[in-house]
Amino acid sequence: MTHQQISLPAFNPPEPGNEQLGMFLYQMQLLRRFEEKTGEMYTKGKIRGFLHLYTGQEACAVGALNALREQDRIVTHYRDHGHALARGVDANRIMAELFGRVDGVSGGRGGSMHLYDVSKGFLGGYAIVAAHLPLAVGLGLAAKMQNEDRVALCIFGDGSVGEGEFHEALNLSVLWKTPVIFFCENNLYGMGVRFAESLSTQIPTLAAAYNMPAVSINGMDVLEVYRETQKAVQYCSTGNGPYFIEAMTYRYRGHSMADPELYRLKDEIEQYRKRDAIEALKQHMMERGMLDEGGWQDVVSRVDHAVDEAVAFADASPEPGLDTLYDRLMAEPANG
Amino acid sequence: MAELRMRDALREALREEMIRDPRIFLMGEDIGAYGGSYAVTKGLLDEFGEDRVKDTPIAESGIVGVGIGAAMAGLRPMVELMTINFSFLALDQIVNSAAKLHYMSNGQISVPLVIRMASGGGSQLAATHSHSLEGLYAHFPGLNVVCPSNSADAKGLLKRAFRDENTTIFIEHTAIYGVKGEVPDDPDFLVEFGKANILRAGTDVTIVGYSGSVHQALRAAALLEEDGIDAEVIDLRTLRPLDIDTVVASVKKTNRAVIVEDDWKFGGFGGELSAQIMERAFDWLDAPVARVSGKDVPMPYNRNLEFAALPSEEDVAEAVHAMM
Repeated sequence: MTHQQISLPAFNPPEPGNEQLGMFLYQMQLLRRFEEKTGEMYTKGKIRGFLHLYTGQEACAVGALNALREQDRIVTHYRDHGHALARGVDANRIMAELFGRVDGVSGGRGGSMHLYDVSKGFLGGYAIVAAHLPLAVGLGLAAKMQNEDRVALCIFGDGSVGEGEFHEALNLSVLWKTPVIFFCENNLYGMGVRFAESLSTQIPTLAAAYNMPAVSINGMDVLEVYRETQKAVQYCSTGNGPYFIEAMTYRYRGHSMADPELYRLKDEIEQYRKRDAIEALKQHMMERGMLDEGGWQDVVSRVDHAVDEAVAFADASPEPGLDTLYDRLMAEPANG
Repeated sequence: MAELRMRDALREALREEMIRDPRIFLMGEDIGAYGGSYAVTKGLLDEFGEDRVKDTPIAESGIVGVGIGAAMAGLRPMVELMTINFSFLALDQIVNSAAKLHYMSNGQISVPLVIRMASGGGSQLAATHSHSLEGLYAHFPGLNVVCPSNSADAKGLLKRAFRDENTTIFIEHTAIYGVKGEVPDDPDFLVEFGKANILRAGTDVTIVGYSGSVHQALRAAALLEEDGIDAEVIDLRTLRPLDIDTVVASVKKTNRAVIVEDDWKFGGFGGELSAQIMERAFDWLDAPVARVSGKDVPMPYNRNLEFAALPSEEDVAEAVHAMM
């Protein structure tokens, strides 16, 4: 479904090769297993606070983040572990952050909802719904003003669409032609409220109203997400302004670990599990002789090992010293 | 030295800093073609072009957020919010992103952003357009809060704000935009943050103000002089960082303190200052710290009622007499 009123330049991104598909499969399994493990660590009390699991939405992160280039930047929402992992942020340091330890990506000061790794262009998870959309426009504006070829990928949920900042950001982005990919993960629920009950129209219709290309894609298909995001990168990096993607997806777990899920039926979850993105890619690869059962088992065991290692790393990392409480409250000048 | 109105001193600061640092650009509502609601940015669009002087839609949260993003990416934006009254619409961006990103990211991200806004009552603009919320912003760790009372400080503090790695909330009182004062010509003239200014030395009582209220304090000191009371007047200049040492040293000398502010008394910055004086100089006080503040009501439109709701020099003098 395309809602664009704008004619797009012809661009057919290259299909991913065997090796790349293997990497997608590994990454999606890593995101899945990592989240299952964080859920386990939460029930053990190793992780506290709010914990929002990404399980079910893996194709969005893996497809979108792999379409980016090294110089591109990312801001995302608070369900951010998957995006950080897919960007190549060290799994050990993400787990350490969830444990609140000194080796965490944010030194134990951010927690699950506030992961940052500037060295990877990963500029944060944002825990106030839609607050990061204007920031993405600022990142895009800066790239443009500095004559740098960088796009900003801004990932948010369907719950953001009702916020004023969504509209302010889209409007400003088109007015100033900033290279921003607005990537909406529509998992059908803003916490427990069905998106259909909280929006009077369709999301891409809104985006198209601000005069930018807007597509709705299957967010349970990593190949489609990868392909469509590559198109968006191409569009944005050639001076055309922003691009909007709505990826239809589904989370298997509750909104957070505190969610009793009274608003949906188990049957609905089962229906989506039948369309599972990892299973779909596995099938795709097996049908084409790119993967066999042994190869899959190898992926599983490599991922299990990586996740176990992340837990061990996090557990071994020290707690931040109490004497660091006031550190880095204010930034110091670079030259002093 | 040149004699400049505060709005012209502010414009000089913007011009000089924009010439010095190509990373600086300005965004805001009506700052370009219109020249700024209070004429601070007048002429800058012509001089620097629309890439560096951007008129924006009326979208306070959006433009502050864009400023934060651009600052994160290495630029030095200034966002003008027209007035402090509209800054409520951007409060989440200021509090949750601008003030916290450096700390939350463990120092990986900095937000060197200047957010300018006009504040204060006295112009019969009524309840929604007469706020003095310097103290509200001072409540949030991670911000600089700057509120000059005169032309020289306005210039030196604004220039200093552009050389900081953090977000500065820069608040300008509307009643003093047109007040003239001597301003140094040196393009590197800066006023350091966290250094209060003793505007009048005295021995009998310390009167502390910031922004517009400094003028009530000075006029009160003149009234008191006629009554043989020698008041010391301190201009805080910045609320965060706060130069409490200068205030405490003065109180230890005069043994009395009166705080003057336009803001509401209840929960206002004067309460914080009073508590800090009490914590640091209790044994030197000959009387309880007094606060002369705006009255705890939404600002009424009627001229007489508005006048009654704002602190006057007579109110300050009266508070001093009551403690002598």
